[in-house]
Amino acid sequence: MLDDASRRLLRHLLDAPQAPVAELARRAAMTPATAARRIARMKADGILRGQHAVIDWRALGYSVGVSLRFTLDKTDPRAFDAFQAAARKVPEVIEMQTFLGRVDVRLALVARDMAHYQEVYRSRILTLPHVADIEALMHITSIKSTRALPV
Amino acid sequence: MTDLDALDRRLLRALVADATATAGELARRFGCSQPVVWRRIRRLQEAGVIAGRRVDLDLGRLGFGVSVFLGVKLATRGRVSLEDFERAASAIPEVQMVEHVLGLYDYRLRVVARDLADFERVLRRRIMTLPGVGDVEANVLLSEERLAGPLG
Repeated sequence: MLDDASRRLLRHLLDAPQAPVAELARRAAMTPATAARRIARMKADGILRGQHAVIDWRALGYSVGVSLRFTLDKTDPRAFDAFQAAARKVPEVIEMQTFLGRVDVRLALVARDMAHYQEVYRSRILTLPHVADIEALMHITSIKSTRALPV
Repeated sequence: MTDLDALDRRLLRALVADATATAGELARRFGCSQPVVWRRIRRLQEAGVIAGRRVDLDLGRLGFGVSVFLGVKLATRGRVSLEDFERAASAIPEVQMVEHVLGLYDYRLRVVARDLADFERVLRRRIMTLPGVGDVEANVLLSEERLAGPLG
């Protein structure tokens, strides 16, 4: 577990991930050397697994975003593995989650427009293995998106 | 809309894998000059293609063992204000994501909690009391992966 100072630093990192270490240190009221050491420590401990650029697919012309929710036919014990391996090969898939609940797997998919979505859906999604049921939720807007934690 | 060439795609893939890579490292890896890399990244940021950074944490190690995706349907569509629901849902600290969607549900929420008992507390006290909330479906997250998407 983290001590208070690392927790404070982490909160500022989540709040402004692109800020330089010196700036994070200033906000968390510690020296840059201490901040750098604490960040390196969180990485070494596996708490901080990485930092990734976020792509805005709309800016690249992918105006359609769909959440596809799958129920799998679990009579085949390899259903999850086979489904996931096939889904990873669909270029338009940007996220994949597995769940405990009514939904087994969710795929986030982007497409240039509705015609492109329909084409991907027919040729790449309906052909995925072991699918028992599919539901689609069309993305309208993001109201909140944060990695901040209630710490 | 921004068009990408091969170098842009390579840079984007590299930054999605590790956003802390420096222009110098990327220049060496892709055999071009550091100012070129720096200008390309700057252009991608200005065009809004690179929208920010995501910090990937081991939530379990931080004491947040449970993430749940909720599908929420509003009970009295047309009579409840969407803004009221959105404002109240966004104000809940445990709610990391609120998305307005079209389909079986009206909203998708991502909720983080310490354990299932903590999640139940959030669900009962915070989610079920949201203005206009109707049917709620909960799916507990088991695994998650992000893919490069159509950058190939």
